[in-house]
Parts: sequence; C-alpha cells; structure tokens
Amino acid sequence: MSLSSVSDHDASSAKFLRGKYAICGVGETSYRRGSEESTRSLATWAISNAMQDAGMQSDDIDGMLSYSGNDSTFSPWVAGDLGIRLNFYMDVHGGGSSIEALIGIAMGVIEAGMCKTVAIFRAMNGYSAVRIGGTGARSAAPITGDQIHHRAYGWQSAGQMFAPTFLRHMYDYGTTPEQVAAVKVAHSKHASNNPKAFYKKRNTVEEVVNSRIICKPLHLLDCCVETDNATCIIVSRVERARDCPNPPAVIQSVVGRCCKPRIDMHYQHGPISTVAGHYAKEILWPNAGLGPEDVDLTGSYDAFTFTTMLQLEDYGFCKKGDGGDYVSNGTIELGGRRPNNTSGGHLCEGYTHGMNMVIENTRQLRGEVDDSCPIGPDGKRQHTHDYREGGCRQVKNAEVSANLGWAMPGTGSAMVMAKDHR
Amino acid sequence: MPIQGDYMGMTLTIEDLDGENRDFFRHCANRDFRLQRGKQSGLLRYPPTTACPWTTDRESEWVSVEGKGAVHSYVEVHHPIQPAFRDKVPYMIILADLDTQKGQPSEHEAIRVAGNLMTQDGEFAPPEMIKRVGIGTRVKLVYVDVTDEFALPHWAIDQDAEQPENPWRYPQE
Repeated sequence: MSLSSVSDHDASSAKFLRGKYAICGVGETSYRRGSEESTRSLATWAISNAMQDAGMQSDDIDGMLSYSGNDSTFSPWVAGDLGIRLNFYMDVHGGGSSIEALIGIAMGVIEAGMCKTVAIFRAMNGYSAVRIGGTGARSAAPITGDQIHHRAYGWQSAGQMFAPTFLRHMYDYGTTPEQVAAVKVAHSKHASNNPKAFYKKRNTVEEVVNSRIICKPLHLLDCCVETDNATCIIVSRVERARDCPNPPAVIQSVVGRCCKPRIDMHYQHGPISTVAGHYAKEILWPNAGLGPEDVDLTGSYDAFTFTTMLQLEDYGFCKKGDGGDYVSNGTIELGGRRPNNTSGGHLCEGYTHGMNMVIENTRQLRGEVDDSCPIGPDGKRQHTHDYREGGCRQVKNAEVSANLGWAMPGTGSAMVMAKDHR
Repeated sequence: MPIQGDYMGMTLTIEDLDGENRDFFRHCANRDFRLQRGKQSGLLRYPPTTACPWTTDRESEWVSVEGKGAVHSYVEVHHPIQPAFRDKVPYMIILADLDTQKGQPSEHEAIRVAGNLMTQDGEFAPPEMIKRVGIGTRVKLVYVDVTDEFALPHWAIDQDAEQPENPWRYPQE
C-alpha cells in the first residue's frame, strides 16, 4: 500500500467508520426501453433481487433511502409491498452523485442506532416517462425566476449545461475529441462482455467522432443511454455483512455531494475546467488511508465521455490536464492497469444515476462478475480473464475500487471500497 | 402581479416575491446592465442573489456595468432539446467574462454572463456568424424585449473591438 499520493490536508472528521460498513447485497431489474411497469413495480423487483443476493428476509431490512427528480416512488409504499416495516426512511431529491452520499447517510443512521440495515434504491423510467436527455415534458415546462438565466437561452439539458466545462478543458489542456472518444470505446468493450448491457456493440474512436453532434463537443456516442430500470444496494455493518452469502464489499471512505465554491451553473468561480473532485479527493483519500495508486478499478460516472475523464483527472489518477491521455492510453480498459466502468456504465449498460457502477464494483470485489464465463461445479464462475468480445470482464485480483459520482461540474460524490480481509 | 411574457413561445415568469430578478431584468429593459455590488466587499456579482458570496453581507446596490467582454467558453447546440429552439439550430450559448472585475477577487474568478449569440439587431446569429466566434472573441451585450419591463441580455460580436485572429473553436465543424 502506497500512501505517497495522499494529501496532507485533513478535511475529514473521525475515520473510525473506515472498514466498519459494507455493501452486503445488490440487485437490479433488466436495463431496457419500454418497461411497461411503474417505478413502484420496478423498485420492488430490484429490492427483492438485492435481498435475495444478501440472503435477507423482509424483517432483516428496516431502513430505506431513495433518490429521484420527482420521477420515482416513495420508499414506504415499496417497503409495504415487500412486507418491510421501516424504522427509518428518507426520499431525497437528486440524480448523479446521490448514491455514494446516501451510502454515507445509511452508515450514519445505522451508527446512530436509528436502524440496522438500509436498502437504497433508484427506480426510473428514464426512457419511457421522464426522459433523462431532457426532451418531452421537462423541455416544455414553464420557466420561472432563476431558471430564466439559463433555460431562456436554450441552455437546459445536462449536455448543454456541462458543455462550457468540457470545451474549456480542451482549450486549457489541448484535450482532443479522439482522446475523449476512447472512454466510449473502453466502456463499449466492457459492455460487450456484459449480458445485461443495453448496448453491447463495441465502438471505435472513428464511430464516436463521426456520430452526429448533439452540442459541441458532444457527439451522440459521447452521451449516455436512456433506459428504464431500478437498482438497489443494501448497506449494513460489516459484521452483519459477513453473515451474508456473498463476500462484503467493505466501505473505506465516502464523500457526499462535495461542491466547488458557488456551484451555480454560471461558472463564476474558475477554473471551469476543474470539477468538484478537486475538493472531494481531500476527503476521499485521507479517510480511506489509500491513494489513487492503490486502486485496481474505478467507476467514474459517464453521463458523458467527458465526465469520466474530468473526474479521473481531478481525483488524482493522473496529472491535472493529462486526463485525455489517461483515458486513451489503455489504462481504463479491461486488461489495462485500472479499468473503468467494467459493466459498460451509463454509456452502454443503462442509465441509473450512478447505481450500476457501485453494483458492478461490488461484484468485481467479490470476484463474481456476471459475464459469460462458464459456471463451475461449485456454482461459481470460472473467470478466464480473456477479454475478447463476448468473454470475461472480471478484473484480476480486484482488491480496491473507487466510485466517482457526478452531479454537475461543481458537485460530486465518491466512495472507496475494498475486498474483505478479516 | 407577476411579470410574465411570451418569448419564442416560452412563458417566462418573474414572481412578485423575486425582487432581485425583477430589478435585474427591469434594468435590462431600460438597456442598462446593472449588477448588485455588495456594500462591504465592493464586489459585483451575477446572477442576482440575496447575499454577497465574499462577505455574507445582504446589503447591496445596483450599479451600471459596461456590457463588454470576451468569450470564456460556449455551447454550440445542433440537436435542440426545448421545442422553442427547434428552428433555431445551430445556435450558440456564450459564457463571456465581463471586462469589469475580471480576475477578481481571485485569479480565476470573473463575472461570467450567459446569453445567446445574436446579431447586432438581436436576431439569432446565422451559421456563418457562429463559425467566426470562439474562445477569446470580443462581445458586447444586446437586448431582446420580453415585456416592456423585462428584457433578456444576449451577446453580439463587438464590431468596434480588436478581435483575436483565430478565436479557439472546437476542432470539428
């Protein structure tokens, strides 16, 4: 373990929760378009799948958290459907960057004695109902007050709002479209080995930069997919997680919705090519007692190819300004030094506001990723580590993972998890 | 009464209680670009807010600011999201550094004001004009009326300014 990359600056409180909590269960629905189900129905499927994964019954769960942009279902309804009596719940507003923050909140409420096990879910019909790309009902909503300063200018969707940051990074550091397109190439390679992925086709750099421009610098293939799905993550104390059928993914550190100064979208506080990870890393690495060099795989949020790059750079996986090189030199591909979004992430697997990247890293740390490798007589997959199309996507010796969640350039969350060594 | 107007088929509303935005957009209707200046800090801020981000001071006054600057970054939209912009693509959203207070109070801070790239007459810029604009282009404010007490500030190329030879543009046209 090298601590050389850890900052001296201590922005954290007590570190005594390091290694004390774990993800003990994960589950999801399929990632699809046209779910023909309510978010309530999707949520019950995802949570019951996660409960099964954790080997838990309804009375093992007594806490629930969820997040949405008014496009989901209240926790108590879903809990009731599943026979869960809640000692704690909270449904919060938010999209990307919520899950790592909510995992931190789950640890806090368990630590406070408010409940003992928390199921966190995100249920969304991101294609069939409230579209994540911002078209449909959202795009025609009335414009009031502070919104006039952006929406009246046709500056509304996520891609439109983030584009000044993306372009300015190219201007400040010479980042090229081809370098950033390599993120889609890597994630599509990973998705081709993920039977659950919505898009399984491998893409080339040429395909990305020749796809039509949505808003510069984003081509169609720089943008994530819109899907309908629900996802669930169950958090408990590590001791409880050790009683579950699967090995715990032990939480070393969390940062929740850490912000740049003045996060309004008008970019008053530069450099605008720097994102919230610049601040979040001062909490993430010291609390984990680890640094970027110790990490074996990452889940850097890919609402767009650019968001993956910007975060990896600002969390210190490479020098400031070298993000374009980092994402295009093979490091982030399966078989590389530190693969990113091995499920295919939001660009290919499905859009979940960050949940599927945490689910994937949990499975990776278990050594039990659900690829097409044959299942042996012991019921476990015999991973080949042959990453050719349709093959394996299990990272060899995955010990430490980092999730880097993105809300917008000015806000992010992060989490470090490690394999259990008791 | 809320100030409400139709703009490109979009209904824009400023509520009675939203004093800061009422003042800001009313000044724009008078072709007077005013920003709040914190009493204690003496610093201007944008967009309109209720306190000074450098001092927490809630007292401020509206002062006239020269509406000139340079493009800090931009968005060039080719695929419209909002119905109102369907027949406007490609259109450009400019994020410009005002000359006033650039680099203050710290090196990377500036008053960065958003608006669409417009012609001098306040019409959406045609594609040939968009292709001339990039990071560094000198711009000045123009206004488009929504009601007689509410106008939106926008940006146009500053024809009187010395322009950079090659403003930085995204490499693919």
